[in-house]
Amino acid sequence: MKTVKSPFKFKGGVHPDYNKELARDMPIERLPLPGELVISMSQHLGAPAKCIVKAGDEVKRGQVIGEKNGFISVLVRASADGKVKAVEKRLGPAGSSADAVILETVPPEDNNPAPILPPLDWKTATREELLKRVEEAGICGMGGAGFPTSVKLNPPPGKRCEYLVLNGAECEPYLTADFRVMLERADRIRVGVEIMRKILGMCAVRIAIEDNKPEAITAMEKAFADIEGNVEIVRLPVLYPQGSEKHQIYATVGRIVPEPPALPIDVGCVVENVGTVAAIADAVEKGEPLLERVTTVSGDAVATPKNILAPSGTKYSDLVAFCGGEKEHPAKIISGGTMMGFAVSSLDIATTKTTSGLLLLSSRKVFQYGSQACINCGRCLRACPMNLNPAEISKAVEADDIKTAENAHVMTCIECGACSFGCPAYRTITQFCRRAKASIRARMAAERAAAAAAKAAEDAKKEAK
Amino acid sequence: MKPKTPENHFVLSSSPHAHANSSVRRIMLDVIIALLPTTLMGIWFFGLPALWTVLVCVSSCVLTELACRLAMKRENTVGDLSAVLTGLLLALNLPAGIPLWMAIVGSIFAIAIAKQVFGGLGMNPFNPALAARAFMLISFTGPMTTWLRPISRCCCCDATDVTTMATPLATMKRMFGVDATTSATPHFPKAMENLPSLWDMLIGNMPGCIGEVSALALAIGCAYLLWRKVITWHIPASFIATVFVYSLIAGGAPAYAQVLTGGVMLGACFMATDYATSPITAKGKLVFGVGCGLVCMLIRQFGGYPEGCSFAILIMNAVCPLINRWTQPKPFGAK
Repeated sequence: MKTVKSPFKFKGGVHPDYNKELARDMPIERLPLPGELVISMSQHLGAPAKCIVKAGDEVKRGQVIGEKNGFISVLVRASADGKVKAVEKRLGPAGSSADAVILETVPPEDNNPAPILPPLDWKTATREELLKRVEEAGICGMGGAGFPTSVKLNPPPGKRCEYLVLNGAECEPYLTADFRVMLERADRIRVGVEIMRKILGMCAVRIAIEDNKPEAITAMEKAFADIEGNVEIVRLPVLYPQGSEKHQIYATVGRIVPEPPALPIDVGCVVENVGTVAAIADAVEKGEPLLERVTTVSGDAVATPKNILAPSGTKYSDLVAFCGGEKEHPAKIISGGTMMGFAVSSLDIATTKTTSGLLLLSSRKVFQYGSQACINCGRCLRACPMNLNPAEISKAVEADDIKTAENAHVMTCIECGACSFGCPAYRTITQFCRRAKASIRARMAAERAAAAAAKAAEDAKKEAK
Repeated sequence: MKPKTPENHFVLSSSPHAHANSSVRRIMLDVIIALLPTTLMGIWFFGLPALWTVLVCVSSCVLTELACRLAMKRENTVGDLSAVLTGLLLALNLPAGIPLWMAIVGSIFAIAIAKQVFGGLGMNPFNPALAARAFMLISFTGPMTTWLRPISRCCCCDATDVTTMATPLATMKRMFGVDATTSATPHFPKAMENLPSLWDMLIGNMPGCIGEVSALALAIGCAYLLWRKVITWHIPASFIATVFVYSLIAGGAPAYAQVLTGGVMLGACFMATDYATSPITAKGKLVFGVGCGLVCMLIRQFGGYPEGCSFAILIMNAVCPLINRWTQPKPFGAK
C-alpha cells in the first residue's frame, strides 16, 4: 500500500467555492427516529421497486416492502418498525414523483434487535453468497446516481474488473458526508474492499481522495496499511468534477471510458462510492441492509450544519429541525450539492439512499441564470471536462435544433454544470444539454417502440399465413 | 442577477446552483482597463485631438446602442459596456486628426450596421470597430490616411514645423522591393534612416492611429487580459509570430519593425481576440491568428494599402464559422 499523487490530469474543470468548513468538523450524529417516514420505491437508478404492502399493514424494520422490478432495479426495505398509513405518489428529491410508503413509525421494542439478515463471514462465504447479499440488502451507489451495486459487481461474461476505484473525492461543494464516513468508518471501508475484491476477483484498488481532505487520506492509510496486493491511495488535485466516474478512472489509472453506452467495466474498472463500500461491509458482516445513510445538512440558512445518520425516508423538515432549524428564510433548498443537486420546492420531500446532502441557502447565495445571448467567449469549452462544445450545443437547443446538438455529442455530457458555472452571460447551458438529452432519449424510445410494433405486425402477418 | 423571493417561496432552477461570479460587464470592463495605457499614450503623443476623438466615439457608440435597442424594442444593453468598448476601440483605430463628424458617422456605422442589425452583442459576424474603420477608410480616404506628427516631448525637439507625415508603413512597403532590379525604391540604408528608432516604436513616438503606436502600452494591456483570463495566448501569439516569420522570409524592413508599427499589436491583442468574431477552440484560434498574420503581410507586401491589419482581421472574421467547423473539439472518450 502506498500513497501517490494523481498521475493524470483531465482537461477542463472548475473551482467552485467549496464551503465545506461549515460541516466538515461535525461528527456523524444519529437522528432520533422520526414519527413518519416517506419511503420511496424509486431510490435508485432503473425501474422503481414494486410495492408489496398496503395501507394498514404492520411492518418490521428491514422487512421487504418493495420488490426488485427488473434487472436494473433495487429492492426497498422498511427503514423502521411501523404501520403503513398510505401508499401514494410523492414528489422525490429529483423532481419526479414515484410510489412511496408513508410509514407511521413505532419505537423499536428491543434495543439490541437480532440481525435482519444472517451475518456472513466474508472469508469463508462464496462469491455468489456475497453477491446475493449485496442484492438482498438493497444496496445501490450512494454517490448520487444510485446504480444497482449488485449489477455493477457482476460484470457481464468476458469482462473482468482489473481496478476497483474507491470514490472519496466528494468534489461537490458543501458536502462532507463521505469525508466523515472515511474518518469515522475507515475500518468498515477496509472490510468492504476485501468483500468486493472477493466478488470481483483479486483486482488492484485505487482509493481516490481530493487533496483538501488530508485527514481522510491519513485515516485510509491507517486502515489499509496491511492490505495485500496492489493498493494505492491516490491524492487528487482539488478540481470539480473530480468525483465524476470517468474522470476518476482517468485520474487514477489513466484509462478513458469511451462515449455512452460504454461503462467503466469496458475499460476494466469498477468505481464505487466510499459510503457504498461501508454499506456492503455492514450488509455482509452484520446482516444490516442499507436502511440509513449519512446526509450533510448545510448552507448559510441552517442554524447548525451537521452530518446526520438518518433512515431513508426521513423528511427534510425533520433533518432541518435536528440542526436547530432555519437561521433565516432559505431562498433555495437543494437536494444534493450546489453543482449537481436538485432545487426542491418544499421540506416535505424525504431522503433516499442517494441523498448525500441537503442545503438551505439564503438569498445572498442565490442568483438567477438568464438567457442572455452567448458572447462566444469559450469559457464553457475550457471548463467542460468532457471536451464538448457547450456553446454550440446551447445555441442549437435554444433554436430547437436537437439534431445539431446530437451531432455535437450532447449525449456524452455528464451534466456536471461546469459550463453554466463559468458562463459570464448566465446562460442555462447545462439545462439546454439536459433538454437535448431528454428529447433524444424520447425519440430513441419512440423509435424502439415503433420498430417493436412493426416487428409484431410482421409476425402477426406471418402467423396469419 | 438576484431573483425575487417572497416569503415562503423557494427558487427552483436547474443545476448548477453556484456561479463563478463572472459577467459580460466585467469582461468588457477588463478590456477597457487593458486599453487605458495605450489610450493615454495616444493622447500623450497626439494631444487634444486624440482625446476628443476618444470621447466622441465612445459617446456616439453608447447613444447609437441606446437608440437601436429602443427602435428594436429590446432591453437596454448599454450597461454591458460593450458599446463603450466598441467606441474606444474605434477611436484607437482612427488617426488623431480625423474630423469629429466623421468619427460620429463611423461610430453609428459600427453599432447600428455592424452590430445591432445582426442582433447585438455576440451575433455580429465582423468586428464592429474594424468594420467601421474599413467603411471610413473607403468613405473618407483622405482624412483617414492623414497622420498627425507626434508631439515632440523630448528636450531635443526637432525644429521642423511639419504637422503631418507618412507612417513608417509607407516607407516599409517600399523596402519590400529593395532587391528587385526594376524597382525605383529608395536605397535600403536610406529607407532605414526614415524609420523611427526601436525605442520610438516601443513607446509610440511615430505617426499612426491613436491606439496603435505604443507597442509597450499594448503589451502591458495584453498581459493584463491574459492574467485576467479574458483572452488566451493563442491568437496574439500566432498572429504576431506569423508576421515576424513572414517578414524574416520576405525580406525588406526588419521583422521587429513589421510587428511594432501599424496595427499588428493592437490588432493581435485587442481586435482579433474579439469573442464573437474569432474561433472558439484553441486550435481554431491558432489557425485564425496565423491567417490574420498571413493576410496582413500579403496586403502589406502586395496590396494597394500600406497597412493590411484591419482588412486581414475582417477577412478572417468571415472565415471564422468555417474554422469553427474544422476545429470542433474531440469529446473525452470519443474515437
